[in-house]
Amino acid sequence: MKDEGTKESMAAHDFASLRERLTGSGREYWRSLEELAGSPEFEELLHREFPRQAEAMFEGRATVDRRDFLRLMGASLALAGLGACTRQPAEKVVPYVKAPEDIVPGEPLFFATAMPLGGAATGLLVESHTGRPTKIEGNPSHPASFGATDAFAQASILTLYDPDRAQVVRRVGEILPWPAFVQAFTTIAEAARASQGAGLRILSGTVASPTLAAQMRELETALPQARWHQYEPISRDAARAGAQLAFGRPVDLVHRLDHADVILSLDADFLVGGRGAVRQARDFASRRRPTPDAPEMSRLWVVESSPSPTGARADQRLALPPSQIIQLTRALAARLGVGTEAGAAMAPHRAWVDALAADLRSHPKRGAVLVGDQQPAAVHALAHAINQRLGNLGETVVAIEPIEAKPVDQTKDLRELVDAMRAGEVETLVLIDSNPVYDAPADLDFAGALSRVKRTIALGLYTDETAIRCHWHLPMAHYLESWGDARAFDGTVTILQPLIEPLYGGKTPSEIVEILLGRPPRSAHDLVRDHWQKERPGADFDRFWERALNDGVVAGTASPAVRVALQGSGIGADVAPAAVGDPEQVEVLFRPDRKVYDGRFANNAWLQELPDALTKVTWDNAVLIAPALAERRGLGNGDVVELELGGRKVAAPVWSTPGHADGCVTLPLGYGRSRAGRVGNGVGFDAYVLRVSTAPDSAPGLSMRPTGERRELACTQTHHSLEGRPIVLGASLDEFRGHPDFVHELVHHPDKEETLLPNWPYEGHAWAMAIDLNACVGCNACIVACQSENNIPVVGREQVANGREMQWIRLDRYYSGELDAPDTHFQPMLCQHCERAPCEVVCPVNATVHDGEGLNVMVYNRCVGTRYCSNNCPYKVRRFNFFFFSDWTTESLKLQRNPNVTVRSRGVMEKCTYCVQRINRGRIDARREGRPLRDGEVRTACQQVCPAEAITFGDMNDPESRVARAKANPRNYSVLADLNTRPRTTYLAEVHNPDPKLAKGKT
Amino acid sequence: MQVFHRSTNVISRFTIFGGLFLLGALTFGLATVNRSSWVTRQGIAREQPVQFSHMHHAGELGIDCRYCHTTVERLAYAGMPPTQTCMNCHSQIWRDSPVLEPVRSSWRTGESLQWIKVYDLPGYVYFNHSIHVAKGVGCATCHGDVTKMNVLWQAPSLQMEWCLDCHRHPARYVRPREHVFDMKWQPPAEQLALGLQLIADYDIRPRTDCSACHR
Repeated sequence: MKDEGTKESMAAHDFASLRERLTGSGREYWRSLEELAGSPEFEELLHREFPRQAEAMFEGRATVDRRDFLRLMGASLALAGLGACTRQPAEKVVPYVKAPEDIVPGEPLFFATAMPLGGAATGLLVESHTGRPTKIEGNPSHPASFGATDAFAQASILTLYDPDRAQVVRRVGEILPWPAFVQAFTTIAEAARASQGAGLRILSGTVASPTLAAQMRELETALPQARWHQYEPISRDAARAGAQLAFGRPVDLVHRLDHADVILSLDADFLVGGRGAVRQARDFASRRRPTPDAPEMSRLWVVESSPSPTGARADQRLALPPSQIIQLTRALAARLGVGTEAGAAMAPHRAWVDALAADLRSHPKRGAVLVGDQQPAAVHALAHAINQRLGNLGETVVAIEPIEAKPVDQTKDLRELVDAMRAGEVETLVLIDSNPVYDAPADLDFAGALSRVKRTIALGLYTDETAIRCHWHLPMAHYLESWGDARAFDGTVTILQPLIEPLYGGKTPSEIVEILLGRPPRSAHDLVRDHWQKERPGADFDRFWERALNDGVVAGTASPAVRVALQGSGIGADVAPAAVGDPEQVEVLFRPDRKVYDGRFANNAWLQELPDALTKVTWDNAVLIAPALAERRGLGNGDVVELELGGRKVAAPVWSTPGHADGCVTLPLGYGRSRAGRVGNGVGFDAYVLRVSTAPDSAPGLSMRPTGERRELACTQTHHSLEGRPIVLGASLDEFRGHPDFVHELVHHPDKEETLLPNWPYEGHAWAMAIDLNACVGCNACIVACQSENNIPVVGREQVANGREMQWIRLDRYYSGELDAPDTHFQPMLCQHCERAPCEVVCPVNATVHDGEGLNVMVYNRCVGTRYCSNNCPYKVRRFNFFFFSDWTTESLKLQRNPNVTVRSRGVMEKCTYCVQRINRGRIDARREGRPLRDGEVRTACQQVCPAEAITFGDMNDPESRVARAKANPRNYSVLADLNTRPRTTYLAEVHNPDPKLAKGKT
Repeated sequence: MQVFHRSTNVISRFTIFGGLFLLGALTFGLATVNRSSWVTRQGIAREQPVQFSHMHHAGELGIDCRYCHTTVERLAYAGMPPTQTCMNCHSQIWRDSPVLEPVRSSWRTGESLQWIKVYDLPGYVYFNHSIHVAKGVGCATCHGDVTKMNVLWQAPSLQMEWCLDCHRHPARYVRPREHVFDMKWQPPAEQLALGLQLIADYDIRPRTDCSACHR
């Protein structure tokens, strides 16, 4: 797609004919618009097993002639022969001088800690090999984790070892030792105390750490003139204001989705990425597992503007632009007897709202209305009122004391800071782990205000856009290097303990603030410990402390539930009706990106290369628009448009996203960074440029003008297409009740004896996996967990565009139904470990072989890279190492590697191994102890991380094992079963629960 | 019509058979080199920073293997002793021996001793000591009688055929658990019968799948 000729045909799709094709097609599944349109590029990709992979050596040349071919073949043969002649160099064994207790080489230790993000933390257990953390797991006893994590937490280990992190203390570019800063900062602190803190300002993210919060309060008492501001670009201001509006006080909400029969999400992507999402996904999925004995499940209604994983799981989904979501909420509230106005604008969706209201009303105390953080305060308030009216409050929706130390309107807080800076009132500004030059609202012009401040000190992980403009820049300790404390979404405290000494001498926020308090510098450990000693006085403190560190949770610290009552009845009445604007203009939504969040993970290559759950775009963000809007404007995927909002402009490529609401576009934040590091610099476009403090979440009046340019995005959705075969299967709950074994009517599972080759006996274990498609929420955590566990390299944007991504798991996303309101399906696709594996029989060097427990094994050092196996794999789950994708040179990255997995080199095929290193470990442990291997003792990395517990793994030969029971579910089916490959990985078909009153649910 | 001279037959025969012979000789030669101790380092004593004698410590003094290799029964790695283990005794005896200067220096400075790895498996092989010890594979079966080695050398070839030999015929090699650390144990005349009995008793099921050692 690099040459000009094909670009033309990539232009706008013929949407009218696509629609026509989909009309009445019923349950046809499709993956992308290109596939649906049958565009030439897609055909090209499809008809070549490895799209443009063979050209690796001859990039830029049209053909290879015979002489070149022979020359290369001869050279490769000779080199391969010579390469085998190397003698293994002598290696050294370097034992300890004094062996530390508990640390033994080869035996990993696990330490409990937590990862704070946006004020709330997820509890973790981090695997450590002789002092270097290698892999992150969830903490089973932590309420926000229950043993699972999200993709951010999985990838954070890479940030720890990022060679681009800030490594030295700098004063205007000059490298200084830490004591020099302490000395300078002590002088500043003394001066500040003399003036009661006048002119001293601190800016940090949301403060929820109890230790830091205590320091903050102390600082405000000791220096009454000083001010501590908080700002998170992904703010919860609207949620805070909504609680204030409804209850007259700030509260946080905890949702008990395992008790909810009917769930309504008002633009809340509560399953992925947000606060408490890991726990919510688990609770939600626990009610989505119908069996023939109990064919029951919850119903999820979703109203949203931009397609989200939560929307993909919806039983009833409605796509509306932001201005209409509030109208719909009012209309719904009116039907439920809250508020008065019926919302005339909702006429086209009256039946939908009626059905929704009836469903909610018929499940009092068993429903839950959730609102996204980006919705205006009025929607939050209305939802509170609805929850109260339906009796949900206190049952499925529990109000608790806010976990933040000081709930404030952060946008306002930042504006006040900037005003003071501009007025010259700020002498000293301490920036703690924040990057406002990049992520503050554009109208505040933080960079401009920053230059008016006499002394600026930035503590951060990277020398980012803000740090480079500050006088002092201090490297911050990564959370895996820090002592600290943090609170989960429900308030539960975890003491953060470091897994490793700070690699670059980083400091924690508490250590900096301590100096500001006029005390001699103390270690973060002492600060946290002393804080808790004050909290828990008593002789048994040591026991408390050790227990807290060991468990990863401090018992009894969950925020207490609070009784709240609605204030007044006029909630939502003051909402202005949707403005009728210029038809050329659309509404704009600013959303945290599902990969780089607010931009802080921009330099994390695992996340950059992660295909977005819905768009499947890697290494980029794009303006997400509805196909209908693209059709009206004549825009094709990748067409660059100039966006203008209130006089601010940015150019960005568009991406048609089926299911996006018409009349609005989504701009994912967090890209277009200039000082993220060598991975994140210049990736994507910066949507913060258009974002202003008065409308940080959505705004009307965006104009979009094609520039005529194109940018090709590295999207994986067209790679490895599976054609029109029955890949994802689903039925409605009613159909399931009538035909629990509906999958067998759709898929032919051949008889076991239908084979020419003898069957393997599989005595002993028979490893197998079952993936519940009804539970999978598309969070991508499995992909990153696999990458982290199995030393999988990243390949970069260009190689992804060439179809050479290396992730062993891909999360296939299918659409079905209408183009504008499709149903979305996720299917994690990994090596199926076929009992009759097509790859094994074609390998000329026996590099991919079967093992006695049913694993399909790759022997890397036998592989010569013919790639026949991948050609013959019907599932397209094998990955080929075209170049030296593994980083063999960066020292810090070597520390991350799993020592139990080979780091593969160039020219070798690789794929999912079912985490054979974990299987071997479990088997050896059991056999050494002379006991049978327990079910659940061996867990694959993807299974362990899955928040929704969608993946079950175990021994199929044990009829009592969880995986055997899962496979006994009539929903169980094999993908492409008619090929008689007999995959060990099977899937449990989706079952949807559409409202019977609405004709069209999910198909 | 005769195009080639008759002598061509001889030349062509010579070329064909000679070529085949050369190919065979080359293959044989390469295989021999590959199995030679130049490649495998089998039987070659390795110089170490400290001339530690297994013969003296394990043989003459009779120190148990597990005094230094502490994790051999529990973990994949047998464990290399920290300098501290040496100093347990050598802070008392042979305190001034010049041979032990590197040990004392390590103890003083905190710099680790750097031993040359004698049993060096390739990076793609994952060997586990503990399971072998638990199933009755004696130390000496793989490491030879170290009580006779003044300087340690690699007793077997460590090539995959050597591993597989035992994995395929464990009865020839296993011994009662109580003799695993016994360097002097000799297989009885009826080793095969004993081996079969132990295989049943210890539930010995060695795997020959690639995935057993390669991942």
